[in-house]
Amino acid sequence: MSAPIVILAVGNPSRGDDAIGPILHERLAAWLRDTPMAGQFELIEDFQLNIEHALDLVGRELALFIDAGEGTPAPFRFTRIEPAPGIAHSSHELPPEAVLEVYRRTMQQEPPPSYVLCVRGEAFELGQPPGPAAQANIELAWRCLQQLFREPDRASWDRQLSA
Amino acid sequence: MSQLETAAHPETLRRVAIDPVTRVEGHGKVTLLLDQDNKIHQVRLHIVEFRGFEVFIEGRPYWEVPVTVQRLCGICPVSHQLAAVKAMDQIAGYGPLTPTAEKLRRLMHYGQMVQSHAVHFYHLASPDLLLGFDSDFTRRNIVGVALDFPEIAKQGVLLRKYGQEVIRHVAGKRVHGTGAIPGGVNKALTVAERDEMARDIEQMIGWTQGAIDMVRRLHETNPGFYNVFGESAGNMMGLMRPDGALDFYHGALRAVDPLGQTIFDQVDYADYQQVLQEEIKPWSYMKFPHIKSLGADKGWYKVGPLARVQAATYLATPLAEIERQKMMALGNGKPVHGTLFYHWARLVEILHAAEMIRDLLNDPDILGTDLMADRGERRYEAVGVIEAPRGTLFHHYRVNEDDQVTYCNLIVSTTNNNQAMNEAIRTVARQYLDGREVTEGLLNHIECAIRAYDPCLSCATHALGKMPLTVEVIDADGQLASSLSKA
Repeated sequence: MSAPIVILAVGNPSRGDDAIGPILHERLAAWLRDTPMAGQFELIEDFQLNIEHALDLVGRELALFIDAGEGTPAPFRFTRIEPAPGIAHSSHELPPEAVLEVYRRTMQQEPPPSYVLCVRGEAFELGQPPGPAAQANIELAWRCLQQLFREPDRASWDRQLSA
Repeated sequence: MSQLETAAHPETLRRVAIDPVTRVEGHGKVTLLLDQDNKIHQVRLHIVEFRGFEVFIEGRPYWEVPVTVQRLCGICPVSHQLAAVKAMDQIAGYGPLTPTAEKLRRLMHYGQMVQSHAVHFYHLASPDLLLGFDSDFTRRNIVGVALDFPEIAKQGVLLRKYGQEVIRHVAGKRVHGTGAIPGGVNKALTVAERDEMARDIEQMIGWTQGAIDMVRRLHETNPGFYNVFGESAGNMMGLMRPDGALDFYHGALRAVDPLGQTIFDQVDYADYQQVLQEEIKPWSYMKFPHIKSLGADKGWYKVGPLARVQAATYLATPLAEIERQKMMALGNGKPVHGTLFYHWARLVEILHAAEMIRDLLNDPDILGTDLMADRGERRYEAVGVIEAPRGTLFHHYRVNEDDQVTYCNLIVSTTNNNQAMNEAIRTVARQYLDGREVTEGLLNHIECAIRAYDPCLSCATHALGKMPLTVEVIDADGQLASSLSKA
């Protein structure tokens, strides 16, 4: 039986601000470990999104993608996404919308309501730790995540959407 | 110097840049210089090779390296891990691996081959093959395949997932697993894990055979096109067993010329610098390796699926060998060099890897618990080489008395194929673009030739917004004539 909510946090912890996703994943894992609602969530961490992540959406009520973003408004944006054909130009690192599209086409049904928490990053160099700006953005994103997890339902998440 | 590598008077020509190349990981850029009649004078693939790899590795303790190098690449972390650990086996002084340890490493490697090739063929290459190069952009990518070929797309997802699960069972985790460590592996396989993998392997083999049959039927629809698209006859290299069978995990270097005649064979890969030389060109950050005895102009070579299955004497699994022979029969006794044959060869390799997985799962050694080799004398320099999904991958290390890495040289598959990719796009430019108005459909011909090689360029950074595509046409005065971008 799948947990009703899946969180896919992506990023390479060794590439500067690309570590934002893995850092938030680690915090969530530690936080959930001590809470009675842990069974509601499944946390998945990966370097990048790819086609097989469509299978991680099967049987879910909600899905949340957490990623670093270059050029995204600081400190983060929390948005609702829909399947989107034709926006991917790389099948080796799919945007979340393309993962939903893979789900739709392979499962022949609509994916679960899905959201992206995109936290602004600045530098993505190999071997560098996250920079101070990213660290500050992580703290603000973490507060948002805690709020989302306290009220893990679609209506509550929709109220948290970025303007 | 290769034809179309450098124009005689570039200052008078119009420049077309494709930046970065679509559906290729990392950053690649193609520039074409054309005159007023759209006659092509220069074609170059510029790859921004990230040379920070070596800096990232140097100074670290050698035993960390097999784990650390996985962070170089989000697509083929297992390849880097295995090449590194093969070197570190020697540095640490370990002797031959136990049968169980070697077979578990092989199992993980074959899983990597299946998952990587599957995502490439089913979701990167097949849109070009199935939908045509000139189809609407939004139907050329993954979603287009899924739309028109849902069953093929679904099989691709599940093949990819299967390969990932093989890796997870051996390495212990879906990402950032350890699995292979200097001297062996750190985890035995359980009966339940073995049985779970065995349950689906025949299905994977069947799907792959179906995909090969689909490609064969596609070829039959227009053999003249598939045979010559991007055709560039180059030397070919791969790792072979002593009997000439292709071996993805371990072997000696063999290189053959465009007609399949041996250039060198059974060269210990530790001596790679005796047979290969890396050349620097002023217009590219990426090196151009070549076979030393043939020189830079004639010594360039291809690696990866099409090169190695043709350099090999045979494949050591029956179904894949039959399919290899069917593909090679199209060359009438000579190797085939059409760029699109890379896709066909990639499927043959999925089949080979899947058969190897099946055989390993039926081998009692795979459930053994003797995981570590005996340790002998410590060494200070070693080379590890494997056949990664995209081709031969070299890891060369020196380590000091304090166990710190002091020297690291990586020659990744994409570097090995650097000249080959340049040759392929020059052929395509001559075949399709020369004298014609440049359109997106024609530019996709160039991209298609590059994608056939499946280049992988420091792809582990993927953050949203990091990889826009911009196509710029710049006129003879250096002014931007037109621009097209997509996020």
